[in-house]
Amino acid sequence: MSSATDHAEESNYLNAKPGLMSWLTTLDHKRIGVMYLISILTAFFIAGMLAMLVRTELLTPGRTIVDPDTYNQFFTLHGAIMVFMFIIPGIPAALGNFVLPLMLGAKDVAFPRLNLMSWYLWVFGGVFAVVSMVTGAVDTGWTFYTPYSTDTSTSVINMTLGVFILGFASIFTGINFVVTIHKLRPAGMTWWRMPLMLWGLYATAIIQVLATPVIGITMLLLIAERTLGVGIFDPALGGDPLLYQHFFWFYSHPAVYIMILPAMGVISELISVHSRKTIFGYQAIALSSVAIAAFSFIVWGHHMFTAMSPMANMVFSALTFSVSIPSAVKTFNWLATLYRGHIRLNTPMLYALSFLFLFGIGGLTGLFLGTLAVDVHLHDTYFVVAHFHYVMFGGTVIAFLGGLHHWWPKMFGRMYNEGLAKLACFLIFIGFNITFMSQFIMGSLGMPRRYYDYIDAYGSYHVWSSIGAYIMAVGFFLTAGYLIHSLIAGKKAVENPWGAATLEWRTASPPIEHNFHETPDANYPYDYSVNRFNPDTGNYDHIGAPAQEDDDRAVGFHGHGLESTT
Amino acid sequence: MNLFVELVARLLGVTPAMASDNALRGLYLPPEASTSAGHIDWMFDVILWICIFFFVLIVVLMGLFIMRYRVKDPNAEGPRIYHNTALEVTWTAIPLGIVVVIFWLGFKGYMDLAVPPANAYEIQVTGQKWSWSFTYPTGHVDNVLHVPTDRPVTLIMTSTDVIHSMYLPAFRAKMDVFPGRYSKLWFDADEPGTYPLFCAEYCGTEHSSMISEVVVQEGPEFDEWLTVASNILATMTPEEGGKYLWEKRGCNQCHSVDGSAGIGPTFVNLFGAQRAFGDGTTTVADENYIRKSILEPQSQIVAGFDGVMPTFQGRFNDEELGAMIAYIKSLTSS
Repeated sequence: MSSATDHAEESNYLNAKPGLMSWLTTLDHKRIGVMYLISILTAFFIAGMLAMLVRTELLTPGRTIVDPDTYNQFFTLHGAIMVFMFIIPGIPAALGNFVLPLMLGAKDVAFPRLNLMSWYLWVFGGVFAVVSMVTGAVDTGWTFYTPYSTDTSTSVINMTLGVFILGFASIFTGINFVVTIHKLRPAGMTWWRMPLMLWGLYATAIIQVLATPVIGITMLLLIAERTLGVGIFDPALGGDPLLYQHFFWFYSHPAVYIMILPAMGVISELISVHSRKTIFGYQAIALSSVAIAAFSFIVWGHHMFTAMSPMANMVFSALTFSVSIPSAVKTFNWLATLYRGHIRLNTPMLYALSFLFLFGIGGLTGLFLGTLAVDVHLHDTYFVVAHFHYVMFGGTVIAFLGGLHHWWPKMFGRMYNEGLAKLACFLIFIGFNITFMSQFIMGSLGMPRRYYDYIDAYGSYHVWSSIGAYIMAVGFFLTAGYLIHSLIAGKKAVENPWGAATLEWRTASPPIEHNFHETPDANYPYDYSVNRFNPDTGNYDHIGAPAQEDDDRAVGFHGHGLESTT
Repeated sequence: MNLFVELVARLLGVTPAMASDNALRGLYLPPEASTSAGHIDWMFDVILWICIFFFVLIVVLMGLFIMRYRVKDPNAEGPRIYHNTALEVTWTAIPLGIVVVIFWLGFKGYMDLAVPPANAYEIQVTGQKWSWSFTYPTGHVDNVLHVPTDRPVTLIMTSTDVIHSMYLPAFRAKMDVFPGRYSKLWFDADEPGTYPLFCAEYCGTEHSSMISEVVVQEGPEFDEWLTVASNILATMTPEEGGKYLWEKRGCNQCHSVDGSAGIGPTFVNLFGAQRAFGDGTTTVADENYIRKSILEPQSQIVAGFDGVMPTFQGRFNDEELGAMIAYIKSLTSS
């Protein structure tokens, strides 16, 4: 049976209701996911172009294209847009919104209206923040450190209000995902049979709900200080500037895990599906996501090693190292999954392998920064810039791209040009390494971050770094090109082109408006005996439930009652 | 075309360089010029090799698996290896042991950096947008940091405006500098030479210009320098002294002596001129006007300028104020 052809004439979520208004008032998680996807990619494009301007200015010491104030606004905008408008909502709100209910075999998220509200808040907060940053020339850096941010004449208040609103968009998505995962799992899907993508999104959602209010309150305090002169952070008013940094990082460090945990979920799916082998250490991966979420709340102090007392530094350094263990465990699990698999080197898999390479470097270089004595030298240098780009870009953005290529056929019912996709992946990978490997070296040589001008000793590294950035840009424009082309003229996608065993592949590509004709039975999500390749259609046809025996072994909790359905 | 040639030259590393510039060239770490630098670099190398080991392990295994286990049959499924407790415990325990050791070494090294020795030579540091000033025990104020090799030095630092950060890459030393409180940074320099000194905490427009130099000198040479520098005004005419202070105290960043406009008014033809203030009042620039402009700059902001000048109360004594007045007088052509 090939449902792809059976459903050929049936309407899908993209064409079920026509007109712009049907999109702007939709409660369909898939449409909201697509709207989020378009929105965050727009933000990514703007912030990416700002990165190009930053790298171009840094081609030569002194003035290359702009004056110092403009340069300071460039990197502030680049950081703030990337963090608050692209990376944080990136995987959960765009890909997560689309696949989460499908993976659960559900019709929608638990609160569809809240979901739409989240998108509107994102648009409102995002436009508000960007407009005020551009017109108000905000130059504080994305961290808004006091007392600089309370003293500067630029429109910090509007910008922070924008961040405050964006925070609520994030909280709404988080609440929705927590409730959906608790309440809408289908018969047969116990916690230990959830796809690891859902574990990643679940851990992320918990952090979003618990940590985001802190940045909201911090931004309000900042506004209170600027408008009412309440002395909270500014020492001239009797405040404490370091207090701001504690508040800020109490959110913004967990936020780093809001960015990386869903990426780890994506990678778990990609590696298992494209090796056609069950994930190794399912429980270890699931629990390490929860462990990372928990640890994420107690390591914020490592952003202030050159400002705090030795005692506080010691405690935060020790706690910081604790995060490295679950990350290392995950990496080894993914490697072990590749062992004796049947590896298909398509674009999603190339991105997953790039992730292992780049996130490996990002994670390992964290050891230098967690080590107190070494961090003192590296703190606030390009070494830190390179480290977090390896984690945020090499980790999250690469996983996002992998996930986008993996779920693209499901989202839009079209295949993209595989050759061009591989070429773009290669360009992005090479360009990225050239850009940020140079930054590791100049950072350990002492180049401070957020510098408009620099001494000649760092000259050659800056030129290399900019060249790498241009190569990445070519890769991204190529990606945009073939993805847009696929929407117009791409080959029609089958229901399940990769042979994945998670539930989103058990409906048409693109899915019908209500996702499934009948709720599918959940099986262990990494048992690939449930489908069989059909050489005539190129689809993996679903052939039935797996043997129960394998299922029990998979969850590893046989006899403990945990495998019973809820 | 010129830009292209310059970029190619930079790529190849053949660029003109200042003396202190060369001080930061190296393979991946700058030269070591303090007693702590060696230990920190050793730790850096230990972590580097641990990282290289694990990274190579990951990439080699990944490469081997990709080459060895490629898909041949689209239906073939990999073996159902769900987990392996012994393996998982091993790869949790080994990294845990390694990070415990790294933490401990890093903490011990850090305590050496954090606690200044009791007998250290103290230099007061003030950070402000966008310059550093260093006050020695003799009262001499300089914009370049001079330190001796024969004794440890503690910098006692504060800021007049926003947060700055004192960064001495060649000493592997860094500490944030806050308004309204003091922070300390100590080091024991052991390699004479001139090295860069950076502000590492973003502080606005000229953040990347808030750089200076640290001059490391042998003990006797340092003492001699300090004696001469502390009494330098006595060896000069007041006009020369004023010019010296104009450079050393950072006046030159905002006030030109060639007539061009800067962040503040030029000194040329200032003395004796009619000054119009933002509030509409006027006065004639005499000795009292100059004195007050240095000590209470916010009390009389010349129309057309922003009131950004910090007070220099306590940082100019009467002799120095006299020298400044003499210098500014000399810049008025009559």
